[in-house]
Formats: sequence, C-alpha cells, structure tokens
Amino acid sequence: MTDLTTTPSTSDALPLQAPSLPRYGTIFAIVFAIAVGALVSMVIGAGSVAALVIAWLALVVALPLWSLAVEGGRKAVDRVATLLIWSTFGLAMIPLVSLIYTVVSKGSGILSGQFFNNSMRNVLGEGGGIYHAIFGTLIVTALAAAISVPIGILTAIYLVEYGKGKKLARVITFLVDVMTGIPSIVAGLFAYALFVLIFGPGVRLGIGGSVALSVLMIPIVVRSSEEMLKLVPDELREASYALGVPKWRTIVKVVVPTAIAGIVTGVTLAIARVAGETAPLLIIAGFTTDTNLNPFSDRMTTLPVYIFQSIASPPGLYRQEYEDYAWGAALTLVTIVMLLNVLARVIGAVFAPKSGR
Amino acid sequence: MAKSIDVSDLNIYYGDFLAVEGVNMTIRARSVTAFIGPSGCGKSTFLRSLNRMHEVIPGARVEGKVMVDGQSLYDPGVDPVSVRRQIGMVFQRPNPFPTMSIYDNVLAGKRLNAKRLGKKASDELVEKSLRGANLWTEVKDRLNKPGMGLSGGQQQRLCIARAIAVEPQVLLMDEPCSALDPISTSAIEDLIHELKSDYTIVIVTHNMQQAARVSDETGFFNLKATGEPGHLVEFNPTKKMFSNPDEESTEAYISGRFG
Repeated sequence: MTDLTTTPSTSDALPLQAPSLPRYGTIFAIVFAIAVGALVSMVIGAGSVAALVIAWLALVVALPLWSLAVEGGRKAVDRVATLLIWSTFGLAMIPLVSLIYTVVSKGSGILSGQFFNNSMRNVLGEGGGIYHAIFGTLIVTALAAAISVPIGILTAIYLVEYGKGKKLARVITFLVDVMTGIPSIVAGLFAYALFVLIFGPGVRLGIGGSVALSVLMIPIVVRSSEEMLKLVPDELREASYALGVPKWRTIVKVVVPTAIAGIVTGVTLAIARVAGETAPLLIIAGFTTDTNLNPFSDRMTTLPVYIFQSIASPPGLYRQEYEDYAWGAALTLVTIVMLLNVLARVIGAVFAPKSGR
Repeated sequence: MAKSIDVSDLNIYYGDFLAVEGVNMTIRARSVTAFIGPSGCGKSTFLRSLNRMHEVIPGARVEGKVMVDGQSLYDPGVDPVSVRRQIGMVFQRPNPFPTMSIYDNVLAGKRLNAKRLGKKASDELVEKSLRGANLWTEVKDRLNKPGMGLSGGQQQRLCIARAIAVEPQVLLMDEPCSALDPISTSAIEDLIHELKSDYTIVIVTHNMQQAARVSDETGFFNLKATGEPGHLVEFNPTKKMFSNPDEESTEAYISGRFG
C-alpha cells in the first residue's frame, strides 16, 4: 500500500532560508570573466573583439555553474536567462549607440548659424547650408500629416465604433494591412502618376511628396488609433448612452477624449516615421538647391533627399565639403525625429486620464 | 414625475438565442422593484431592455411590448436616445468618465447633450445631484479633482448623481452594490429609500436581504433548465414573496434550497 499522506518536515525551522551567492557575486563573475578573456586573448594573440567574446562565454558558463553549486537549479536557470536577456539587449544597443555616435561625431562639426540659415543656392564648396531642406522637410511632412491624420483617425473611428462585424469594415482592415506593406518607392510612383494625370509629365511638387508620404502614413495612423479606441472600455460608452447621449456625441465627447493621449502619440510616431523617407520624395518632390516655401509649385528638397544627393552626386572638386554637409543634415534629421518622439511622450503624459491620487 | 412601466409578452434575443421568454409585469411608479434570481437567468438583460440599452450589443433584439406612460418603447418612431433620457441607468461597476472631474461627471448628461447651463445653474444642479446621491459632504471641497480618484463606493454614488442629474422618470440599477463594501452598500440602500419618493426604481440584485430591505415588489427570474431561456417565475409584493411565495421554486431559491 502506498503512503498517500505527506509527512511534514521534521526539522524545527521552516525551510525559508536558502544559500545564495555573495552580494557582489555577479560583479565578481564579470570581473573574473573579463580577466579570463583578456588573458586568453593575450596568450593566443587575438584582438579585443575576440577577447570580449571569450569573456562573454566565460561569464555564461562560470556564473550559472557557480550558482548551480551554491544556490541550486532554479536560481541557476534564472541566472542563465538573465544573462541571455541582458546580452541580447546589449547586442541590440550596439547599432543604436554606434549610429548615434557616428552621426554626432561626424555631423556636429559643421553645425553653425550659417549652416542653418543658408540654402545651397549658388554654393559650391564652403558656405552652404540646409535652410531649404529643413523647411522642405517641415512643409512636406506637415502637409502629409494634415492629409493623413483626419483620414486615419476617422477611419479608425468607423472601424471601432460603427463597423464592428460588418463586411465593409473587414475589407477596410484588409486594405489597411495591404497599405502597411506598400514599399515607399511605390507610394512615390503612385503620387507621381497621380500628378502627371493632372499636370502632365515631368511634374515635381512639394504637395506631391506629401501625398506620397500620406499613403505611407495613413495605415500607421489607422492602426494605432484603432488600437487606442479599442482600449476604451465599453462601460464608458454605455454610461454615456444611458444618460441619453447620442452615439456621435458619445464618440466625440467621451471615447475620443479618453483615447486622445494614445492617438496623439501614435500620430507623432507616424510623423517621425515618414519624416525620414527618401525614395518617394526623390521621384515626386525632386531636388533643388534653392529655398522653396510653396509646396504647390516647383521642386522641394527635404533633408533625406538632400543627404542622398550630397553623397550620391557631389560636384567632383568638393566631395569632402558635401559629405560634411550630409552628416550635418543627418544629425539635424535625427534630432528632429528624436524631438518628435520626446514630444509624443510629453503629450501622452499631459493628455492621459488622471487618477487624482 | 415618476412613471409606471407595463411589460407584456416580452421575448429578448441575442441574435438567434432566446435569452428571456414571455415576461409580463407592471412596475409601479414611485416604488422600488427588485429582481432576484440565479446568474445568467436574464435579470440584467431584462433590465437593459427597459431603456433600450439592450440593443447596444450587436445582434440583440426584442419582441413584445414595453409601455411607459401609455407609449410603447419599441415603436418604430421612438428614438432610443430620448428613451434613455427618461429612463436612467446605474451599472454594476462604477464607471465615471476618466477624463472628467467630479463636477463635470455630474454635469455630463447635460453637457454631453449640449445643454447650455449658466455657472450658477450648473453649481446648483451639481450640489442638488450630489446631495441627492449622499455624496456632497464628502466631495464638496474637491469638485475639480478627477472622478476616478474617489473610492469605489463614492464612484458608484457619483454615477448615481450623474444619472439623477438628467432628471429621469425611472432609474434602473444593475447590481449597484455588488462591487461595494457593506458600509457603502448601506449608504446606497439609504439613498434608494430617499430616491423612491421621486423616482420609479428598478434594481437587480444577487443579495436577497438587500431585495427584502429596499424593495416594495420583487420579481424572481429563473431558468427552466440549463440552456433554456430565462423567464419570470413570480412577481409579488416583497413581503409576500419572502414570507409566503406562490411558487415552490421561489421559496426554494429564497431559503437557499435549490437544485
């Protein structure tokens, strides 16, 4: 007969305490691993990258083994998982840090009042600036936002509030998914074809660039707004209906305000995403060295297109100067995008429903 | 201003699924009517059909008649929005609008319907409604704080204040105390007693003592069998219901003998 009762532990103390590594155990292990890496690479005469890899391997092997000996299996597995996750995090950070370092170190030298206040008109070599490209970027992106934000948000409202379970809503969702996958160059071709129909071949307009960008932006805005509207609990809608508020007023006054923080964040991120587009603008907005503030006539240069042109086809004698300009423009673009991201976070925090505690 | 409600042969569907079958009852004006019964027997569904909140759920529909003050709620010409202005509702979980202050939450019914109210009229309405919901003394110094910052019981009373601020004829309450502690529950039961003089109140509850304490009349809903639609078993004055019910199954449910 088997014994079905579990016997309680006979020792007096409850088994709440377990041995653990010393407080600075992880740091010891890292120092030890780096020492091993340095030593081995010196012995076999390998470079610093190899030393780093060897140190990492030593850490991944040594720390869990030490933990296994002292703390037992569960903690050792935890240490392995922690190590792997931090390693992948570090790996993911390498390109980001390297990119920012490169852009800042190569681009910061050229920045000056003159760089921001001049266009490249009649400039060969020194003395030029990106005034025209900054304003090109701002105008084209702002118009793209003006086109896609209303369309995107209204589409999201239709999908969430009116279209639930309807065939049209399913078709729209499918089309939005397809739009998300459109290559940006195709969006540029679409805008070009559209404006050629109206103005004839060879047309180059800033507004055309905005149309191309809005093709890329609308699906992002629809998706993010849709998710945010879905997060608004149905109880709030019902509370509003039960007060005798019509559906459209419930949407305008209750649903959208509750979701506005997320919607604004999504829109800002979509703007940041399209601000860096190059390919469609090359086709439809064209390239110019001149400042053009009117999106409805003539070519308009944006920062990405300017960077591309400066690197791809500089005047032969001034290759070095043009490369410096390109790095400066890249730093400016990255800064604009980062500021937009910060702005999105601030807006999200400002508009978020307050708990009052 | 309170109105009575006559329900005859009401069938309530979710799509093809018949949820509640053949309800007949008369809910008297200026009284408290309680619905009791096991979960899933259609009490809340029936309650929601009384102010056309039922049809908010896609596919939900109703057959039969609900007459308020001689008018049928489900006539083709009736606007559900106007129905809901006359028949207010308080939900199981407190749901103040998170973007609004306490003050704005109370005024929500008026403001959202684009009624222009002067500062003085607004202040008066807010005070009157909050006093009516027994909340005024607790929140009068922080009317501009968000409604979400209140405790659960206070939030529920805020929702009641919000519901009575639009001055409905009837107030429907769907298990208003199920998420609350005994003290908040007692505050809301006192409130129901006070509101009875002005409003027709219909309350769904799982708490038999609560039904016995607050209501004048009680309806007992039950399922005929699992998977069958819910139906109204018995509708009688609360006193009779809890002392000498007509039906065997009512007594079994109330005294805790069922199944």
